[in-house]
Formats: sequence, structure tokens, C-alpha cells
Amino acid sequence: MLRQAWLIAAKDLRLEFRSRTAFLSSLVFTALVLAIFNFARDPTVLSGTDLAPGILWITFCFAGLLGLNRAFALERENRTLDGLLLAPVDRSALYLGKAIANLVFVGTVEAVALPLFAIFFNVPLWPVLGPLLGIVALATVGFVAIGTLLSAIAVNTRFAELMLPVLMLPFLVPPITGAVQLTARVFAARPLAELSGWLRLLVAYDVVVVVAALLVFEYTLDE
Amino acid sequence: MTAAPQSTRNAQSGAPALAVQGLSRAFGHVRALREVSFTLGRGEVLAVFGPNGAGKTTLLRILAGLLRPDAGSVALDGAPLVRGDAAQRRRLGLISHASLCYDGLTAAENLEFYGRLYELPDPRARAREALAGVALADRADTLTWSMSRGMLQRLAIARALLHEPDIVLLDEPFTGLDQHAAAGLREQLARLRSARRSVVLVTHNLEEGLDLATHVAIQVGGRFAHCAPRQGGVAEYRERYAHLTAGA
Repeated sequence: MLRQAWLIAAKDLRLEFRSRTAFLSSLVFTALVLAIFNFARDPTVLSGTDLAPGILWITFCFAGLLGLNRAFALERENRTLDGLLLAPVDRSALYLGKAIANLVFVGTVEAVALPLFAIFFNVPLWPVLGPLLGIVALATVGFVAIGTLLSAIAVNTRFAELMLPVLMLPFLVPPITGAVQLTARVFAARPLAELSGWLRLLVAYDVVVVVAALLVFEYTLDE
Repeated sequence: MTAAPQSTRNAQSGAPALAVQGLSRAFGHVRALREVSFTLGRGEVLAVFGPNGAGKTTLLRILAGLLRPDAGSVALDGAPLVRGDAAQRRRLGLISHASLCYDGLTAAENLEFYGRLYELPDPRARAREALAGVALADRADTLTWSMSRGMLQRLAIARALLHEPDIVLLDEPFTGLDQHAAAGLREQLARLRSARRSVVLVTHNLEEGLDLATHVAIQVGGRFAHCAPRQGGVAEYRERYAHLTAGA
């Protein structure tokens, strides 16, 4: 199953590497959001560190959505999804493959967005880089896991690009709340004990969503 | 009317290669398929003719396992078609209206990708071989978005036959092919028949279909209005088709 998942992920990444459409649009979106928020705030009233957690996760969330939309949309052209479903491929492998490709995609966007964020908001990332990367990784796994599942559901609807955010945003409340809370505490150098509750929430969310997605994905592609 | 033509039985299991019993499927209040039944043995070719909207594509999608029927069953060599059964998937090949190939990959990359999914030995060599089989060897490194309709159709044929399925489902396979490519496809289908593969061929073109068919079905309003071993020539079938589809 993992071999098949990797084949599908490698194919998706190769297609994205060649076109770069979703990646570039996510990066442009990221730069725009950060620039707008940066120029919209009054630094004498609000410090960059106060605003930073919310803005960081708004940026990640919407830039990631642009990429998730593409995951199954690219299988609509020439009905390639039929080709995958006809092949002796476990549907869980199909889900995992798509999720791996999405994880690489969103992770790459985040890797570019973080330095931009540090520059725009004058947030010193280096002292908090370790814990921050941990939080980003945990929240991204949950984000991608639910996003990949809902992207498969949305792709068969008439307005798939609109439907995905509508379906997804309610499910993002727990991980994004957790991630924002954790990021704020990390930036404020709060003690580790203050983080554990939100960390447990992120871990629990990831486990529940990944397991649930693997179980129900099989039924999402039925006509 | 539901009919089941006589068929050559699988010598080992005694079951036909493909047995369809009472298939029905509706989309909302539209009944696309109504109690379709037939059996097909090895080396037999069933040509399904019918007007637009008769349910031919729905039938093929159910046979391919892409669509669940509301009622009825499909069996391969007597074993019920199970969606997740990898061994059964390897036995089926489908040529549909779309190429099922990625625009952003070359012809060879597309086939190699599918070859790997089907776990074929040396998928790269198999992809080149399959492209040569549809006269696309010189287009192996061409991105498929730049291919003509006819080339895409030939690529779709190569993809469907890549893993040498023993039940081949074809939905209007001659669409977009020039005379030379159509002749090539006819040769390929004749080879499939002599290799004792079972073929279900959906087409509007009576001449093309009858040329290869051992059995003929005429589908009207989701039902098989006629289903029997082929008897007679094009003129007789044309007359029968006109009679059965009058008013459809």
C-alpha cells in the first residue's frame, strides 16, 4: 500500500513541479496577505508579536486551501480518477498518496512563508524555531488529513473550488485554535506546562482525523 | 426484454468469463439501466448498439466496477465482482470517452505510471512496447496535452491494454481515429478475440461493431431490447436497429 501511495504522491508532485500553478498562486497569496497585514497595522499600538500567531495561521490556512483544491481537481481532467480507481490500487493508498503530496506541498509553502513572516513582522524566529516547527508540523498533519478527505468529497460537486473551504473551515476550528494558542505561548516564552493541553488537542485531532479519513475515504469517491 | 446469449464457458470453472444478471441503475428519477442480463465467454465479443442516452456507458462503468448498480450482479469467471479485489481489477481494461491520461505527463510517463500501479515487470519497457503497438513510439516523450484527438485515443487504447486484461470494455473506441488508426484498432481487437479475451464493445457504428462481434445487443431506454449471438449482416441489423429504436 505504501508503495502505491508513494507512486501517486510522486506523480502529483511531478505534475505540480512542471506546472507550478498551485505553488506559485499559494506563494503570491502568502506574500500578499503578509504584506497587507503588515501595512494595515499600526506598530505603535500593536506589536508584531501580538498579531503574529493569528496572521501566521490565517496565511497558512488559506494558502494551504489553494493547494488542497488542486489535489483531486487534477484528477478531473481526462477523468484520470477513473484510471486510478480501475487500477489494482487500494483506496487507502490513493488517500495516503494524495495526503503525502499535499503534505509536501503545504510544507513547502510554509517553509517559504515562515521567513517572509519573520521579515514582515520582525519576529525573531531563531530562538523559538524548534517548538514552532513542531507546532506547524502537528497542525499541518491534521489540516492536510481533513483537507485531503474533503477535497475528494468536493471534487464531485459542481462548485468544487468553493465547496472545499465551506466544508473544511468548520473542521479546522480545533487544530487552528490549538496552533494559534500554542504559537502565541511559544512567542511569549511561556513555560512548557502551559502548552501541554493544546499539544494534546493537536495530537488527538491528528490521530482521530487520519484514522477516520482512512476508514471513510473508500466511500467518498462513489458516484 | 432481458436476454442471455449462449456463450462459450470457461473450460476450467464452467462459468462464463463475464456474467451479468439483472443490472439496474437509476440517477435520481432517470432509470439509466433496467434489468440487463447477459453472459460472455472467452473469445467472445459483445457489440452493444443503442441511441444516445440508452445507458450504454452506465453499463460499461458498472462492468468496470466504477459504478455500483442499484440491483443485479456482475461475476467474473463465476466470482462476484468485488470493488476492492485487486486480482479482478487486473483482469479488466476500459477504454472510455476520456483518455484517463495526465496532460502534464508524456505518453511514456503516463503508461509507465499505470504500469507501476499494475505492478508490471519492467514498466518502462512495457510502456514503450505498448506505444509501439499503437504507432505512437515516436511520440513517447510528447506531453499528452499537445496530442491530437486521434493520438490521445490511441494512447487510451495502449493504456487500457497495457496490463493485458482478459476482459476488455470499450466505449466508442473508434471515436477520433483516422482510417489508418481505426484499421489498427480493428486488428488489435481481432488479436484480442483470437487470444480468447472477452470484449464488450459499445458503439454507434453498426459496421465497426458487427465486424468484430460474436454477439449483438441493442440497448434502448436502459434495457436490452435485443441480445443474441450474431446472425445476419449489416443490412439486417440496420433494419432491426431502426425498428427497435424507433421513437427512442
